[in-house]
Amino acid sequence: MSHILSLITFIPLLGMLVILCLPRHQKDWIRFVSVFSTALPLALSISLFLDFENGSKGMQFVENCDWIRIPDYKLRIQYKLGVDGVSMPLVLLTGILSFLAVFASWETTKGVKAYFALLLLLETGMMGVFCSLDFFLFYVFWEVMLLPMYFLIGIWGGPRKEYAAIKFFLYTLFGSVLLLLAMLAFYFHAKENPNVLDPMDAFDLVRLADANVRLTFTGLFWQVVFVAMFIGFAIKVPVFPFHTWLPDAHVEAPTAISVILAGVLLKMGVYGLLRLSLPILPEAAAWFAPFMAALGLINIVYGALVAMAQTDLKKMVAYSSVSHMGFCLVGMAANTEAAMMGAAFQMFTHGLTSAMLFLLVGVIYDRAHHRVIKDFGGLAFQMPVYTGITTLAFMASLGLPGLCNFVSEALVLLGSFDAYRTTTIISATGIIFGAGYFLWCFQRVFMGPAKERYSMMPDVNGRELFTLVPLGALVVFLGVWPRAMLDTMTVSLKNVQDAVASATRGG
Amino acid sequence: MSPTALALVQDLRLFLPEVILVLTTLLVIVLDVTPVRKSHRALLYLTFCGLLLSGIYLLRHYVDLRESGGRASSSNVLLFGNSIALDPFAVYFKGLFLLVGLLTGVLSIRYKKLNPAGEGEYCVLLLCSTLGLFLMVGSRTLLMAYLGLELVSIPSFVLAGFQRDSRLSNEAALKYTIYGAIASGIMLYGMSLLFGLAGSLDFAAIRHALEGQTELRASPLLLSVSMLMILAGFGYKIACVPFHMWCPDVYEGAPTPITAFLSVGPKAAGFGVILRFFYQSLSTHSGGGDWTPIVDQLQWPIVLSVLSVATMTVGNLAAVAQTSLKRLMAYSSIAHAGYLLMGVVVLSKDGIFAILFYLAVYVFMNFGAFLFVVFLHDLVGSEDIEGCRGLGWRAPFPCIAMAICLFSLTGLPPLGGFIGKFYLFLGVIGRELYWLAILGVLNSVVSLVYYARVVKAMFLENIPRGEAEPLPVPFFYSAAFAVLVAPILLLGVYWAPLVKLARYSSSIFGA
Repeated sequence: MSHILSLITFIPLLGMLVILCLPRHQKDWIRFVSVFSTALPLALSISLFLDFENGSKGMQFVENCDWIRIPDYKLRIQYKLGVDGVSMPLVLLTGILSFLAVFASWETTKGVKAYFALLLLLETGMMGVFCSLDFFLFYVFWEVMLLPMYFLIGIWGGPRKEYAAIKFFLYTLFGSVLLLLAMLAFYFHAKENPNVLDPMDAFDLVRLADANVRLTFTGLFWQVVFVAMFIGFAIKVPVFPFHTWLPDAHVEAPTAISVILAGVLLKMGVYGLLRLSLPILPEAAAWFAPFMAALGLINIVYGALVAMAQTDLKKMVAYSSVSHMGFCLVGMAANTEAAMMGAAFQMFTHGLTSAMLFLLVGVIYDRAHHRVIKDFGGLAFQMPVYTGITTLAFMASLGLPGLCNFVSEALVLLGSFDAYRTTTIISATGIIFGAGYFLWCFQRVFMGPAKERYSMMPDVNGRELFTLVPLGALVVFLGVWPRAMLDTMTVSLKNVQDAVASATRGG
Repeated sequence: MSPTALALVQDLRLFLPEVILVLTTLLVIVLDVTPVRKSHRALLYLTFCGLLLSGIYLLRHYVDLRESGGRASSSNVLLFGNSIALDPFAVYFKGLFLLVGLLTGVLSIRYKKLNPAGEGEYCVLLLCSTLGLFLMVGSRTLLMAYLGLELVSIPSFVLAGFQRDSRLSNEAALKYTIYGAIASGIMLYGMSLLFGLAGSLDFAAIRHALEGQTELRASPLLLSVSMLMILAGFGYKIACVPFHMWCPDVYEGAPTPITAFLSVGPKAAGFGVILRFFYQSLSTHSGGGDWTPIVDQLQWPIVLSVLSVATMTVGNLAAVAQTSLKRLMAYSSIAHAGYLLMGVVVLSKDGIFAILFYLAVYVFMNFGAFLFVVFLHDLVGSEDIEGCRGLGWRAPFPCIAMAICLFSLTGLPPLGGFIGKFYLFLGVIGRELYWLAILGVLNSVVSLVYYARVVKAMFLENIPRGEAEPLPVPFFYSAAFAVLVAPILLLGVYWAPLVKLARYSSSIFGA
């Protein structure tokens, strides 16, 4: 049994413990340890990606042992880790963004020790969510992530940081207690039907998604459970009307944390739907699909329109995330091969581009100390390199062919057209709106006459380039060769899709 | 010696932990009045020795019970004419009470308001109260339950008012006494009604009597009235709505270590008695670790579940507006009484087990939080949330420990409090009480609001620019916080041993 997933998950935690032991003024050592303990998981997740067998149906790199086993209670919680095509890209994404986040936070001055310790704890939580194959373990990691995020926003954030932090915390906690109840529902289902599902396996996500087991999750009760879980995940995505924490959190969070928030945390909601809701409760998922498509549509159009109205650059990017995550929902609702691929791929591509966008906003904020779009202007003259990279990120986000977001959004729209024709057509306008607000913003920030007050602004420095270039390269590479990632996901997504499709036919 | 006397002497051997507490009490009284010069806190350390010695004998009882066979019936020993039970359930609770007593002592060591002259009385009252807790959870009859309850209450009245020169402390003592007197008066009246109905004070005998009387079962009005009256007494001890009014004022006015004691000890004992009374007298065992109410017309679980929801909601909502840490913890402890009541209403072995498990974690969480209040008072001179502002940057370790306790009280994984709540909700969902489970988890979310306010004050406010001026934290506090927080963290990631212990201890009442 290889322990690579445990290593990926817990090396950051070890790094955190090392940092806690270092004296607080050794800032360079603290940064060095952080780099090292995010670089190692990144290296491991790259090797994981290379070793991943695309054709294999089941979970790979599985680690399994009993964590808590109480025979008398018929309750077993496993320490079970594993990845498949759905989680593999996200593990890689988490590795990349956590590593880059360390560099993006390089110039943090206050509470350096606490900052990096929390950042590493956050990475453990995120990796754990994507790797766990036990519901209880998943839940624990899901919650572990909350605490560092609360402090990272609340301590190092902007002027309204306390409000943003507690709002984020409360919203997510509300969602996760619903998940907890859903988890218990599975356990009692197993207790009542031990011949279908051994109660000792009731938290095992692979067992729950087994064809024989999931067929027993039918009826109104499981539809309610599905909705409870959906709300839990929807808050993270965030799906309208649960999205209001997101702009606050993003605007107040420091740059690196916005990157993690947009790049990884939002994906957890969609990942949860793909790992838990759809494969385990396919019947309820089929029943809920039209609502999901409608919510996705609202996300896309509403997010885009609100983004267009923003005066704050970071808020605009935040709402663009709301809009883009809508495509994932539409794709999952449509449940065709192409749409599912698009939805899953959108998680990765949006992870890259939104990370880039937030990094770019951070660059300009560090220099100008404000983010008001209309107060910029003519930056193209002062910061040519910055302008170039921003152009790439904007074009990728608005879905220019040849860049990765085009592939994922096109797949979603193509795949959904047959299933939800009207929805798809209206969703496509989201791309037009997207082009609208990105280009309009670009015009106001970079075009026009150069302004005197920005004349002394230096262009991006080496450290910032180091965080931006790898993302930019991936955006281009996956735009021209998406199969590098799509091939990884094909088989696993087919499983999910088949599960829901058979439930639709059966119903 | 007559046979009865012989039996009593034999029973005394099984009563050694209690006897040791009594002897320690006497020793402290004698030493206190002798004009020997005693070093600082000497009597407190003597109390520790007494509690530890009692703990050793308790451990021996536990081992004896385990060896006398796994079967529940053979491990139940009845003492003093069937009035006190020595079963795993009682031993588990007694272990918790010794821990509570010890921790209260630890909190008192550096508590400035406790003046050395009163130390002897303080220790004596604490020991008496602990003895009362022992009697409460062991009681098999209404009479013993009442005696135990009074033995807990009366010393607590004095302890709450221990700072004679403080107006708040006096107010606390007065309120506590008046409420206590009324509650136990009502309870006593309810008990007398029940005695009239059943003709016995013994829990098991009451059940037999009620099962036999068809008339009574047809119109259980009198039974309902007496049950509600008895509940008033128990509800006062666990501080559940509507018997919770005394709680915030008493908690605020009492010396902080005593507040910690009151928030855990009597509450736990109250649950012990409630479980015994309601499960043994008012329900019949329907097999498989489940019970049903003995009289169909008297659905007391519904009454209790409404009380449970009311308690947690009132506690949580009122806590949100508090500025004093002690008042905040008072409302938090009311809310927790509500969560724990969920374990009573499910009428199953899983419910009993969940209560036992939660109480063990609760001891550490609550004492951790109150240790922080003592710490704050000692070093900063405040007992308000205001006093915590920016403290996380000056004294990181105690503040992190406090944050862990608070998040554990909220019920966030991977902390012990989450596991406790997990088992409570498991019991509730197992009985298909979905509305209760949903209201319970929503309450947990609400509780985050006020717990996080303290964390916010500690870490998110008053952040120093540059290096913070560190607050010198005495070694005592670091060590005490480490001891209290370690079990919370440990039980959050590996809790199987405690589950086994609590499962074993909940295997009473014929299941």
